[in-house]
Amino acid sequence: MNNETEKEMITAHDLVFRYNEDGRPVLNHVSMGIKKGELVAVLGANGCGKSTLAKHFNAILLPAGGTVIVEGMDTADEDKLYDIRQKVGMVFQNPDNQIVATIVEEDVAFALENLGVPPQEIRTRIDEAMEMSGIFKHRHKAPHNLSGGQKQRVAIAGVIAMRPDCLVMDESTAMLDPRGRERVMKTVRKLNQDFGITVVMITHYMEEAAQADRVIVMGGGEIKMEGTPQEIFSQVEQVKALRLDVPQASELCLELTKAGVPLPRGVITTEECARLLYQLLA
Amino acid sequence: MLKDITIGQHFPGNSPVHKLDPRIKILLTVAFVIVLFVASNLVGLLCSLLFIGVLYAVAKIPLKTILKSLKPILPIVLFTAILNIFFVGGTPVFTWRFITITKEGIVYAVIMSLRIVGLISGTSLLTYTTSPIALTDAIERLLKPLAKMHMPVHELAMMMTIALRFIPTLIEETDKIMNAQKARGAELDSGSIKDRITALVPVLIPLFISAFRRADELAMAMECRCYRGGEGRTRLKQLKLHASDFVSALVCAAVLTAICFTKMLPVIF
Repeated sequence: MNNETEKEMITAHDLVFRYNEDGRPVLNHVSMGIKKGELVAVLGANGCGKSTLAKHFNAILLPAGGTVIVEGMDTADEDKLYDIRQKVGMVFQNPDNQIVATIVEEDVAFALENLGVPPQEIRTRIDEAMEMSGIFKHRHKAPHNLSGGQKQRVAIAGVIAMRPDCLVMDESTAMLDPRGRERVMKTVRKLNQDFGITVVMITHYMEEAAQADRVIVMGGGEIKMEGTPQEIFSQVEQVKALRLDVPQASELCLELTKAGVPLPRGVITTEECARLLYQLLA
Repeated sequence: MLKDITIGQHFPGNSPVHKLDPRIKILLTVAFVIVLFVASNLVGLLCSLLFIGVLYAVAKIPLKTILKSLKPILPIVLFTAILNIFFVGGTPVFTWRFITITKEGIVYAVIMSLRIVGLISGTSLLTYTTSPIALTDAIERLLKPLAKMHMPVHELAMMMTIALRFIPTLIEETDKIMNAQKARGAELDSGSIKDRITALVPVLIPLFISAFRRADELAMAMECRCYRGGEGRTRLKQLKLHASDFVSALVCAAVLTAICFTKMLPVIF
């Protein structure tokens, strides 16, 4: 049992949250867990509470009911606040609004300066973080001279420099062009696979969610579906009922199956779908 | 069009003036300003200007830039000079009806003009040769003693850094909003001054709202990165004083003191 809890990165138990005292709950008795090393995608239509849930993961918001435990620390415990924020880093949607300093490397150093890390160590850690997110060659530039994708990777580096165990991405690719989005996703996958950082990714892009280990679908402040991308996206009707899309490959396969074409269930990536169709036609 | 605006222009370089510790540079600039007021004689002011001229030459900043920075204040210089010429009493050298021009008036006008030119060129040299980050950093260090008296020194420096960071972003945004309003038929570049000012309201209101939203998000992002004020904070770049900084400081201090002593010289005019 003890072993089980150690593997949990974040556990939310019976979480309730409202923005107004007597308003409708934005989170309605949500219980969920994120395991260490996982890449979890959280999906949901606008206003379903997914960003609110993410803000509970590093104590930006505190639960009105229930608990959130981060690596054994309760987020309601004020003494642990900065330990929790160091463990769980957060990247937001608008890259412009999260960069503080006028030079890239100064911005990446911001969190470490706040934590009181000695200057020599800041230097090694930010160089490492900038290498990991692929912005090392831009380190002397001013942020406004970078593209959206580059700025977002600066923001990621700024968080990674704290050496967190978990990275929460709150729609961090929503404002980027396809190329920037691709580069950011590549960086995130690398951080997850090569460096073992747990990633919680809130997104509107089904193609991004298809790359996750696990998908959580939210609706009306509750968790509606949970499972591997294959499990979730093969239930096209249920997903659509929650005002969400499925990856185009899933939808195509569903329609073809309906029309009597023999295809296996659980096809979610374009490549896999194309391969199966080639096989069928050959 | 708004992209041409540059605030606190900085010309990167490798000269001794550029490399001097920003704290010393700020202190020397303050001393220079004081000297401009203390040395209220022609010789002293001319020497001060010569001194600044030499520093500009060392910093390799082209003469054109200096003249450009002085151009906007030309009306102020002229206005002060004219006021002084006509309204300072003393030995008259020229009288015509109710206008009298005195010897003292002319001397005073020249002194005031030189002083203003010196003020602008001296302070400009500081911003030309020091990066904004180095400046805010230096201000934070210099004002540190005031933090003991509960002055929000760190907060002030942080505000300056964030302001500098967001100037380009907000300029870009203003451009976007102006274009959006133009697309809706707003006339921003024509009409009387009153019309133009009223036309700016629909540009400024969205700009302010978005700036507040940005501030809100930035504050949250800063909290996520464990920001909790200036206490216990370390810095990536430490300011360190080198021997060369002391030498430069001493040389400059000596020159400035010498300029002060020109006051003792027998009055030529």
